[in-house]
Amino acid sequence: MFPAPFDYHRPGSVDEALALLTRYGADARVLAGGQSLIPAMRFRLARPAVLVDINALSELSYLREVDGMLAIGAMTRDAALETSALITSKYPLLADTSALVADPVVRQSGTVVGSLCHNDPAGDWGVTALAGRAQIVIRGATGTRTVTIDDFLVDSFTTAVGDGELALEVRFPTPPPRTAGSYQKIERKVGDFATAAAAARITLDANGAIADAGIAIGAAGPHALRVRDAELLLNGAKPTKELIRAAGDAARKLADPAADNRGSVEYKKDMAGVLVARGLIAALARLGVEGLR
Amino acid sequence: MKISVTVNGTLYEREVEPRTLLVYFLREALGLTGTHVGCDTSSCGVCVVVLDGDRAVKSCTMFAAMADGHDITTVEGLVQGGKLHPLQQAFWDCHGLQCGYCTPGMLMTSYALLKHQPNPDEPAIREALAGNLCRCTGYQNIVKAVQQAAAETNAPAPEPVAT
Amino acid sequence: MSTTAEPTPDKYSLGQSMKRKEDPRFIRGAGNFLDDIVLPGMLWLSIVHSPYPHARLVKIDKTAALAVPGVVAVLTGEDLAAHNLAWIPTFHGYDKQMILAVGKVLFQYQEVAGVIATSREIAQDAAELVDVEYEPLDPVVNPFQSREDKIILRDDRENKTNHIYHWEVGKRDATDAAIAASDVSIKERVVFQRCHPAPLEPCGIVADMDAATGRLTLYLTSQAPHAHRTVVSLVTGIPEDKIHVISPDLGGGFGNKVPVYPGYVVAAAASVVIGVPVKWIETRTENLTTTGFARDYHMDVEIGATKDGKVTALKVTTVADHGAFDAAADPTKYPAGLFGIVTGSYDFANAFTELDAYFTNKAPGGVAYRCSFRVTEASFAIERGMEILARKLNMDPAELRLKNFVKKEQFPYPSPLGFVYDSGDYHLTLRKALDMIGYDELRKEQAEKRKRGELMGIGISTFTEAVGAGPSKHFDIMGIKMFDSAEIRVHPTGSAILRAGTKSQGQGHETTWAQIAADELGLDPQNIMVEEGDTDTAPYGLGTYASRSTPVAGGAIAMAARKIREKARKIAAHLLEASVDDIEWENHAFHAKGLPGKAITMQEIAFAAYTNPAPDSEPGLEATFYYDPPNLTFPYGAYIAVVDVDPETGFVKVRRFLAIDDCGTVINPMIVEGQIHGGLTEGFAIAFMQEIAFDESGNNLNTNFTEYLVPTSLETPHWETSSTCTPSPHHPIGAKGVGESPNVGSPAAFVNAVMDALAPLGVTHIDMPLTREKVWRACREASTA
Repeated sequence: MFPAPFDYHRPGSVDEALALLTRYGADARVLAGGQSLIPAMRFRLARPAVLVDINALSELSYLREVDGMLAIGAMTRDAALETSALITSKYPLLADTSALVADPVVRQSGTVVGSLCHNDPAGDWGVTALAGRAQIVIRGATGTRTVTIDDFLVDSFTTAVGDGELALEVRFPTPPPRTAGSYQKIERKVGDFATAAAAARITLDANGAIADAGIAIGAAGPHALRVRDAELLLNGAKPTKELIRAAGDAARKLADPAADNRGSVEYKKDMAGVLVARGLIAALARLGVEGLR
Repeated sequence: MKISVTVNGTLYEREVEPRTLLVYFLREALGLTGTHVGCDTSSCGVCVVVLDGDRAVKSCTMFAAMADGHDITTVEGLVQGGKLHPLQQAFWDCHGLQCGYCTPGMLMTSYALLKHQPNPDEPAIREALAGNLCRCTGYQNIVKAVQQAAAETNAPAPEPVAT
Repeated sequence: MSTTAEPTPDKYSLGQSMKRKEDPRFIRGAGNFLDDIVLPGMLWLSIVHSPYPHARLVKIDKTAALAVPGVVAVLTGEDLAAHNLAWIPTFHGYDKQMILAVGKVLFQYQEVAGVIATSREIAQDAAELVDVEYEPLDPVVNPFQSREDKIILRDDRENKTNHIYHWEVGKRDATDAAIAASDVSIKERVVFQRCHPAPLEPCGIVADMDAATGRLTLYLTSQAPHAHRTVVSLVTGIPEDKIHVISPDLGGGFGNKVPVYPGYVVAAAASVVIGVPVKWIETRTENLTTTGFARDYHMDVEIGATKDGKVTALKVTTVADHGAFDAAADPTKYPAGLFGIVTGSYDFANAFTELDAYFTNKAPGGVAYRCSFRVTEASFAIERGMEILARKLNMDPAELRLKNFVKKEQFPYPSPLGFVYDSGDYHLTLRKALDMIGYDELRKEQAEKRKRGELMGIGISTFTEAVGAGPSKHFDIMGIKMFDSAEIRVHPTGSAILRAGTKSQGQGHETTWAQIAADELGLDPQNIMVEEGDTDTAPYGLGTYASRSTPVAGGAIAMAARKIREKARKIAAHLLEASVDDIEWENHAFHAKGLPGKAITMQEIAFAAYTNPAPDSEPGLEATFYYDPPNLTFPYGAYIAVVDVDPETGFVKVRRFLAIDDCGTVINPMIVEGQIHGGLTEGFAIAFMQEIAFDESGNNLNTNFTEYLVPTSLETPHWETSSTCTPSPHHPIGAKGVGESPNVGSPAAFVNAVMDALAPLGVTHIDMPLTREKVWRACREASTA
């Protein structure tokens, strides 16, 4: 199957890309990894008149720590995170996620920022970005702005990126000491979007109580959802089996998934709870807290 | 639009439509029919080629235009100096293929894997091949073949293409 | 001690893991698959499909499509009707099927129009612009709704009913009585879901009508090229000599490439009319939605037994969903295929099975997906039934099987449903499996885990297949008897070409056929070239499906080689100046009786056949043999799966899987093992993932590889394999066929293992595919009950 015709541009700089996006407005789509967009175009579910291919913008391909944040550029591919020593050593939540996105070949093309911008309700990166308190840097003709992930995820397949704008990078706060995370996903097979997904991020204080928690779930609403009730329960509390169960229940309560081939509403809601609990248990295990299963 | 692509060491300049998928460019414009098509959803991996020496890509989920200025290795580029690549030899030795339709994609994904991980164990190989479907072999002999090739090529494999 | 010397194995002998002769081209990307074929001036076909499962076709407006530059023609059912091609007969001839819709569409994605254009892209662009007006009708999406006959789907048929046929075999009254009188009985409905073979290479055609010669060449993804040539001739009236079918390298088949599909007919008709080559290559969506579905049997299984576990009677009542047309690919006299094998490996005194088939608003098909004509459904039914019976008897499922197996000394065994099993030693094979997997230890581990509330299961399947259709007294397709054929020509220098009526799709015929001939002739298998798939050169055969190639064509090859050997014996006598009666064949060479030191090789004889032929004998050294097998063959096996179930998510981990297969004589152990790995993987896929499902409105829910779930290297378990060998007594080399055994036998082993794991929860049966949600739901309902 073949996409409908379109005009193709490959800008050599971010400014050039922005000029094209400004000129074509809603007719244009940004092409990064293309792993969701190109299949959608082959089925003619997406018919952009213009593609602005940012693959030549190698200056947007980076993983770097700046001012207490990890910055991931718009052309940084999932596979780069999988193989990065920085990520595997300091950002286990991100390492977990990058290993579970799509399939290993798709990950050699797909990008983290592209996945966030696609904002599939069952996508992986939105979940991790919520739990990790990420921010997205967006540039338009009038300048650059930074939005929190909570504000970035607007609706299914819709984000805060407007016509004529380009998401340049996603930033994750560098975890403070005694912090760990875990990403959990139920998929029918490798390559599938999530049936259910959860990300958990935990910082413990000196007494072993939870100083800060970030909890989010995927495939449970129009886009990834932050489980604020779970975070409230966890913050300040000592981790116990009962607490973890309660956090899972908060996720079950919040989850409002759509039934599809991947599962019924009932199953997905329950899995949201199971995966939040498992994510907490795994994150705590990474901090040496065992015996919570 | 006009593109210049180096495929298996040869530079090609061709006129393409922007919507031409890389796999059809390789198959129909260049006549390199070793790279196959099996789905429309980036699921099956029979179209995998290697971009710029070590990146496995599904060539049905990439426009030919995106390959402009890049370097591509296809299954046809694996034989060097008339000698089979160790992966090709190992697929043959280990019965790592039956109908042969997924084989080029499997070979190219494995080729990129060995560039990054010269000595992968069985779980790492199973993980790396999970973007390539096979309906015939049950994967077991493919995994065995990649292990054999890795053992033989712990010294770096000959570079099939250079830019 | 035997007095006859065992032949010394040498490089010609069967049973060696020779590396495959076909591989060098495939590993170089130099295979020649259908879409690799490009002819000068070739046009492309793109098909317009119905979005509705059931609708009246009101109007088709081609104007906008025809206006697209590069569009050559737009064809509809009415256009084909002018050539009498709107409908064609189905394979067995009991029904007909639409090529392009006329009057009504009967399933979602049904072919409605074909656009012929100068490029693939233009054909697809224009197909979007064909304006079709439909009047939607209520759909019928399951056979139980269908049999109520409230909505009649096929107004073209004389009988205004959705019922297609009733079929039965066995003794109904005796079976009913035996079940009623039994100490213990079980009854369970087991569904073998609709699934799809989905070879990675989709179906396709390049049709090339040569106006100058009047010859139509069809490059076709065909598992049965000769049968397809005959069908094309019968349907079109083109004389068969004017049709040339070439089936190039096939990227898998698994039954999908047996039927004739509308895309083939439209492309061929377009080429005939327009006079240039026309190509059609299925999209994955077309593949999954319109061609070659398999199974879709709803089976009620009843077994009666004594209280100590001796089975007394089996009854299986099936409702079959055939979709919109009765296009099931079964032999003419066997509408339900070889479903009569449903008594399996067990000695039932009484058995009866009946089946009713119905039309629904779904794609037609019913292909033998890695399966000998419904043997997979039958094996699943009996192996699930035995498991459920064991549970009810509170008896170990292995013990129940050992107690009821047909015994070695009962072969040839006449089954109550009409087969005569050729050979087997079921006890030996199961005992080997139990021993190899450490069954007793596993049961101990399971008992300990159950005490801790952990769910571990062990599942057994001891299936018997019936393959190798088949003997001409029973088996035909469109009246053509299901023999197969081989032609061998030995060249003067001792190499040879071997042609067969079969068509490999990955099975490795170029290697194994050469090995059979090599062993019979004493020629180097490396120098026996095997050619299949070209109807101009190969002898007529019915093709490769239903595990028939080795049982039927394998026999033909051995017999053709033996014909050559008999002629060679005369040449040997001439060269050795001895009497023909005194010439002996030993260790792959001839010698005169008593003079084994002075042997003469087949290579020397081949040279003589052309340079120094025996007096009064025809020069040359070649033979053709059409082999009509005297019986089917009955490969069997014992499979054991070990699983762990996570009740919280429903995830099933297949921890171990052991397959012991007995396929008789093994030609190439490496290839046999590869076939088993592949078949087990497809069995695993069917048990846990693969399904073509429909919603209540008749929409297909699994239309591409993101929804039709094919397992990857990560889901697929590690396979352990071994074998026993009970040669077929009637096959020329004792071989039985193996390609389908693992797909036939394994689904029940997986399901039995999961049900065994869930036994403490009181779960008896879950229909495939065993998705996580289904397993989770069963665990949850059990815990809340």
